[in-house]
Amino acid sequence: MAEPFSDRDVKLKHKKSSKVKTVLTYVGLSVWALAVLFPFFWMIMTSFKSYEEYNAETTPSLFVHNPTLQNFIKAFTDVPLARYFLNTFIFAVVTTALMLVVIIFAAYAFARLKFRGKDILFTFFLSLMMIPTELVIITNFVTITDLGLRNTYLGLILPSVTSVFYIYLLKESFEMVPEEMYKAAKVDGTSDLKFLFRIMVPICRPTVVTIVILKVIECWNSYVWPRLITDRQEFYLVSNGIQEIRQNGFGRENIPAMMAAVVVISVPLIVVFIIFHRKIMEGVARGGTKG
Amino acid sequence: MKRKDNLKAWLYLLPAILFLGVFMVYPLVDVVIYSLEEGYNSASQTMSGVGIYNFQYVLRDPYFIQALKNTFILVAITVPVSTGLALLISLGLSSIKWVKDMYQTIYFLPYVTNTLAVGLVFMVLFDKTEYTDGLVNTFIKLFGGQAVDFIDGPYWAKMLVLCLYTVWIVLPFKILILTSALASVNKNYYNAARVDGTPPFRIFTRITLPMISPMLFYLIITGFIGAFKAYSDSVALFGTDLNAAGMNTIVGYVYDMIYGNSGGYPSYASAAALILFSIVITITVINLLVSRKLSIKGGDTVG
Repeated sequence: MAEPFSDRDVKLKHKKSSKVKTVLTYVGLSVWALAVLFPFFWMIMTSFKSYEEYNAETTPSLFVHNPTLQNFIKAFTDVPLARYFLNTFIFAVVTTALMLVVIIFAAYAFARLKFRGKDILFTFFLSLMMIPTELVIITNFVTITDLGLRNTYLGLILPSVTSVFYIYLLKESFEMVPEEMYKAAKVDGTSDLKFLFRIMVPICRPTVVTIVILKVIECWNSYVWPRLITDRQEFYLVSNGIQEIRQNGFGRENIPAMMAAVVVISVPLIVVFIIFHRKIMEGVARGGTKG
Repeated sequence: MKRKDNLKAWLYLLPAILFLGVFMVYPLVDVVIYSLEEGYNSASQTMSGVGIYNFQYVLRDPYFIQALKNTFILVAITVPVSTGLALLISLGLSSIKWVKDMYQTIYFLPYVTNTLAVGLVFMVLFDKTEYTDGLVNTFIKLFGGQAVDFIDGPYWAKMLVLCLYTVWIVLPFKILILTSALASVNKNYYNAARVDGTPPFRIFTRITLPMISPMLFYLIITGFIGAFKAYSDSVALFGTDLNAAGMNTIVGYVYDMIYGNSGGYPSYASAAALILFSIVITITVINLLVSRKLSIKGGDTVG
């Protein structure tokens, strides 16, 4: 039945159809890549158009003919964009630093120290991961308001300096460090604190770096809490700033200036992403969720 | 020695416990109390009674009904579309070699961008003003269609943009998870199937799908949860006054009740937040039950 000739025929046909399939795959994937990149391309192009050039286009044009920097100057002078930047920077750095201290200590206790109630407490911590922010934000808003911390950095920062998920991630990583090292350190008379910061943290640096990057991204993009807790522009973060710009910044018609602000806000994270993309994607794949 | 160890451990845990206690555990209790306090006034700290009035009020509030409707439509459209697209794209990605890494990196880009900022770009692309029809409308007209105002226009036009933007935002995470799930499927299965001459579609339904199904279910469950909590995407496109735009979501309703023009009602906000939470829990439980049933069935046919 199976003549060699027809068998080869089948194989040839198979090869041809798989070639078509490969081409189709590349076309499909390229379409999506374009869909992802286009908004970025468009905002960069528009940000270099002058107000007059943009408004003269009844049919939008994809390219710039007379590039200008006036929008970027406008973005920094007409609205306090630099201030939004500084606020976001301070917010991201302080929040991340404080959170690192809190979670390193907690993760170490769960990973290395023996104490009564450890399992129950850890289960309780894990169960807190299921609690959505929306449920606790109402009381947090009232708490921060009652403490008189609205429109302060402290009010912005305090509710986000712990993360059960990162404690969990770090604990897993700490547990990989062999018990013998801990015992050896104990014999040498090294204190727990010294062991933690001299040995554990350096060994687990990849995880720590991942956590830092993910937290910074989260801080940079946070919108809801800052919006609730700040209503004075001096304390706006970039997300709130861009919303403010949209509503009363340059007037709704000055799209190029708006796009310049969007470019300025997006660039830092994109640069971070280009440098650390492997690390970021790895970290997110390990069980991160957005926000 | 033992007692000292105990003390030390609790000291290490103290900051975490303190912060979680104040900003997680206490609010959790408090939100239930708020939701049951009728006519609570935050200025005078008084209330008129205890009961379920806040829930009744919220469920009768036309703004909440609108938000509920918007959220359900958004969930019903974006969860299947984004999961399906992510699966398709990941399958494509895992079947190629050339530029695979580059595409993978590009696809992840929306994850690291500021939702509010890039939302403005989408807004401008779809917007139709007196001066210009906008880029998307230019295309529509090119193909003989009529220009539609996607930002201030008809309801379904706005919903379409919201869904598109949401899918654009959530895809990176799903693609990443699915490509790594696909990469971890043991190659021996495929080789064995190829030797047997199994057709590609059968390989997909009998090997690939069962192998990645845990991750797929994980994505569907987290996808539902995430979509039910939609908010910033809508703000990015339609501005902060979502009730006026008719594009509010449940989470947006909660925030509007806390703060903003219609704010100052923590009790209504709490009731709405608890309603949202119970919806999410219900859907998650249904999801888990379905996934368990399907994976048992799948296990039967495969094994």
